[in-house]
This record gives sequence, structure tokens and C-alpha cells, in this order.
Amino acid sequence: MEINKGNFIDTRKNSIHDFFDGSRQSLPIALGYFPVSFTFGLMAVNGGIPVWIVILISMTNLTSAGQFAGTNLIIAGAGYVEITVTTFVINIRYMLMSLSLSQKIAQGVSNAKRWIMSFGITDETFTVAAMQKKDITFAFMLGLEILPYMGWALGTAAGAVVCTLLPETLQNSMGIALYAMFIALVIPAAKKSKAALAVSACAIFISSLLRWIPVFSVISGGWRIIIATLIACTLGAKFFPMEDVVNAG
Amino acid sequence: MPAKTILAVLLMAIVTYLPRVLPMAIFKNKIQSRFLTAFLSYVPFAVLGAMIFPDILYSTGHLTSAIIGLAVAAGLAYLERGLLQVAVCAIIAVYICELIIG
Repeated sequence: MEINKGNFIDTRKNSIHDFFDGSRQSLPIALGYFPVSFTFGLMAVNGGIPVWIVILISMTNLTSAGQFAGTNLIIAGAGYVEITVTTFVINIRYMLMSLSLSQKIAQGVSNAKRWIMSFGITDETFTVAAMQKKDITFAFMLGLEILPYMGWALGTAAGAVVCTLLPETLQNSMGIALYAMFIALVIPAAKKSKAALAVSACAIFISSLLRWIPVFSVISGGWRIIIATLIACTLGAKFFPMEDVVNAG
Repeated sequence: MPAKTILAVLLMAIVTYLPRVLPMAIFKNKIQSRFLTAFLSYVPFAVLGAMIFPDILYSTGHLTSAIIGLAVAAGLAYLERGLLQVAVCAIIAVYICELIIG
């Protein structure tokens, strides 16, 4: 009994320590998320989505590219299948991260805890978690994910509210914001990796063909992204099978 | 609109959560296929490329202002500025351009 009690207190102390260790490491992520989700909030409200739904999107999705694309399609009036498939294709990369993290999880973490902590896997939290020298505990992941989650939600709320206060002429110029943000994500990655450059150039080429060649005009925006992605990634994987750019995002 | 939008948001939430949770909950082994690993790692870049172009050209009032916005964003991104700075500068460039064009 005595020993069991001692172990229990020890475990609890370790949990608290792990939680704060995770939180400390995630502070830069949370700060970095704020301006990104702020821009998302601006963009989505500008597109005509009610403020509370925009915040709901960030709180239920917690992802950049996937929710931007999905929201874009909602604004464009796309169908459910298109929205769902596009968002899913963009998020397929999380399978890799989740799979990789599953190898690092400490022994004895229950399934329920696995289901909770995988909600907060993003490109950034994954990178930090994957670089830990020790095994990852539930408390550590929780600490790692909670601040970025709050940063993401609060940034969205701030951007959404600010948007409603801006003059209309300025709002009209903000259609470019989302694309500018995508450019800011892809160009630094393309500078560092020849494969990333080739794959995104290929996707741009295919996307342009599908957009401008009259025969393909029946293909809507969402499917255009899916088709371009599948072809560009297949070619990329064929010609650059060794690249290690998983964490570049 | 709200009901339809909320359903779309929930569908998005589900297809965002499933890829995160399923491997963690089910698979215990690493992916062996080098092709599949590479394919998955390239997905973000392809998606970003296809989302940016050519749609960016139609994102503002005029083609000219969109091209200027694109140039400003690309230049700053090349200098590896932050997302917000790139976005705000592109907006300002487009705004000024639209004011001049009228």
C-alpha cells in the first residue's frame, strides 16, 4: 500500500512537470499562430461567414491549409463532397505525423488519451514533440497543445471582430490576404528544397491548365486542387523519393 | 446559410481529426513504402501551389492589382518575412493600386 501510494504521488508530480515542460516549449508556437489565425478570421468574415462560425471553424479544425481551403470553398458556395474531399486530401499529411508520433508515445498511454492528444497534432506541435529526446507522455502533449490551441482560437476571434470594423474599400483589397499567406508558406520551403519547388511548380502548372483550357472548365476549384495535388505528388515521389521535407511546413 | 455552413464545418472537422487520430490509435508500425512516404510529404507543397495559382489573379477587383499584390507577396516571402507581414503588405499594395485605378 505504502509503495503504491508513493508511486502515485510520483506519477502525479511527473505529470505536472511534463505538462509545464510542454507548455513552455509551445509558447513560441502559440505566439506564431496568433497572427496567422488573425488573418484567417479577417479573410473568413470578409468572405461573408458569421463571426461565431468563423471562431467555431478554428476551434474544431485547428489547422492552417485545410481549414483555409475548406473555408474558401464554403465562401465560393461549393458542395459538401468537394469541401470534404479537398480538406481531407490536404490533411492526409497528418497521418504521417500521427504515425511517427505513435512510435514515440510512452508505454501504457490509454486509447482514450491517444484520441484526445491526437486532436492537437499540427505541423508545429508535431515538430516539437518529434524532437524530444524522451518518450512522450499524455501530460506533455496536453501541455504542448493547449497554448497553441488558445492562440489559434483567440487570434481568429480578434481577426473576425476587427474585420467587421474595417471600411468596405479596404475589405475588398483583402481578397489577396489568403493567397499572400500561402505564398509566404510555400516560397521559403521551395528555396530550401528542390523537390518542394518542383512539386509546387508542377501543381501550379496543372492547376493553370485545368483553369484555362476550355475543355476542363467543368472542373471546379476544389477538384482542381485535388487533381493537381495527386499528379504533382505522384511525380514528386517518383523523381525525388529520398527527400526529407516532412517537417518543412 | 448558417445550417449549411455548420454542416460543412463539421465535415471539415471530421476529416481533419481522422487523419490525426487513426494512425495513433491503430498503427504501431512505420510506413515502409518509400514512395508513399515521399508522396505524403509533398502534399502540402502541391496543395499550396494549386491553391495560389491561378486563383490569386482573380482575388481582387482588377488583374493589375492582383499581379502587383502577387509580386509584393512573392518578394517578401522570398526574403522569408512572417505570414502576417507578407499578407498585410500585399493588401496595402493592392489597396493603393485599386485607389489609383479607381
